[in-house]
Parts: sequence; C-alpha cells; structure tokens
Amino acid sequence: MFSKKIPMYGLMIALAMILSYVESIIPMHFAVPGMKLGLANIVVIIALYKLGTKDAFILSIFRIVLVGLTFGNLYSMVYSLAGGLLSCLVMILSKRMKSFSMVGVSVLGGISHNIGQILVAMFVVNSTNLIYYLPVLLISGIVTGILIGLLGAELVKRIKI
Amino acid sequence: MALKRNDIILTAVLLIIAVAAVAFMTINRTNGGNVVVSVDGKEYKSLPLNKDTTLEIENLDGGINTLVIEDGYVHMEDANCPDKLCTYQKAIHYKGETIVCLPNKVLVTVESDEEKQLDAVAD
Repeated sequence: MFSKKIPMYGLMIALAMILSYVESIIPMHFAVPGMKLGLANIVVIIALYKLGTKDAFILSIFRIVLVGLTFGNLYSMVYSLAGGLLSCLVMILSKRMKSFSMVGVSVLGGISHNIGQILVAMFVVNSTNLIYYLPVLLISGIVTGILIGLLGAELVKRIKI
Repeated sequence: MALKRNDIILTAVLLIIAVAAVAFMTINRTNGGNVVVSVDGKEYKSLPLNKDTTLEIENLDGGINTLVIEDGYVHMEDANCPDKLCTYQKAIHYKGETIVCLPNKVLVTVESDEEKQLDAVAD
C-alpha cells in the first residue's frame, strides 16, 4: 500500500540527508572534487532489499536532489546524479544476478558511483587526465562498500517493514 | 545474509587492481616541467613550473580562477565558483596530476618538459 510507504520514504530520506551531511564534514575532496564516502548509499541498499527495485530507484533520485538542493549546488547535483544513478542501476542488476550477497552488491555500487563521477568530470572538463584519480577513489569506494554492505545486512535482518 | 565466495573474490580482485594501480602510478611518477591550463577543453595557457607566477583564469561565463605557481608547486588560490573545491585540492607538481574546477570548466595539468616542445604554445 502506498500510504505505508510514505513514512518509510521520509525516514530513509532523512537518514540519507544526515549521512550526507556527516560525509560533507569529512574532508575527502582534497584530491578530486566531489569525492565522497558514499555513506548515504546504505539507504539505497536497504531500500533495494526491503522495499524493492522501484522504491530504491525513486529513493535514490529523491535523496540526491534533496541533498543537492540543501547542501550542494547545481554542479554537485549533476555530478552526484551521475554517480548515484549508475550506482543504483548497477546494484539493481547485480542483485538480480544472485551471485553476490549484499556486500558484493554494495561494493559494486560503491565503485560504480566513483566511476560515474569521474566519467562526468572528464566530460565536463573535456579531458581524460582525470582518470589518474580513479584507483585512489576505487579503494575508498571498495572499503566503504564493504562496510555499508555488512552494516546493511545486519540492519535488514532486524528491521521490520 | 551470508558472505558468498563471489563477494570475496570480487572484492579481493578489485582491491588488488586498485592498489596495484596506485602503486604503479606512485612509482612511475615524474616531476613535471610545465603547467597547462585548459578551459572547456581548449588550451588556455601554458606556464613553466620553475617560475613563480600568479595567473587569473577567465572563462566565458565570468568565472575567475586564481592559479599560483610557487616553489615548483601549483595550486588554486581562489575562485568565484560556488563550491571552491578547487581551492582545497592539494598543490601538485608531478606529471599527470590535476586540479579541477568543474563549475568553471577549468583543468590544470602538469606536463613534462619534452612534450611541451612539440606543441605550439597558446599565448
């Protein structure tokens, strides 16, 4: 029922916004603009496993736009959208493949978030030089992906929706 | 949800690739000789790293970035873009390192001396 989802969505988005704020305090953008830990991804992955594909996708868009409007600017939002949407798509597909558990899906989500961001950055400045930063970003994406996956798995076990 | 073997393989492979790439790039990095600034994909100005300079980069939309070359390092001193992320990026001097300002579409790269001699200098 849709009415049951509204409070759930509200909670998830609020959580995503808080996590994004925490992320923005941690200084990661000394190397590449927009490099983020990807903590808010936990909301998307929980939604993916508890609510469903469509909800995860909608939540993804909602949280990127709202966080972008609140904490960021138009450029950071476009950038975030590229990473976030690619990440969501990859997670949906890899979940469907059933060969990975939540941790694997989360790791794939994390690295595709980074890849999406670098691709957009390379497109905006019209240069392939930025790919220099991808390996460093990937390491952080993988580690965060693992942590989010483990945490998410525990949460999904205990949350009653 | 238990950890599957595929997860461990995936993570290990990705980590090994990423760490190897970082190690490879760190070992092979060479000192740069020139700073190349491009705006919206087109070369704007090229400057030597060994001369202390301050450069104001202007783009079509009124964006202004202030680039400083000092003691062989390049950094973005100031910019009028909304997030100023470019000013937080650390000073660069190795070949291939970059400083980027996405809103103003500015890209600052460090290149080595030999390459520069083949290109025409845009002044």
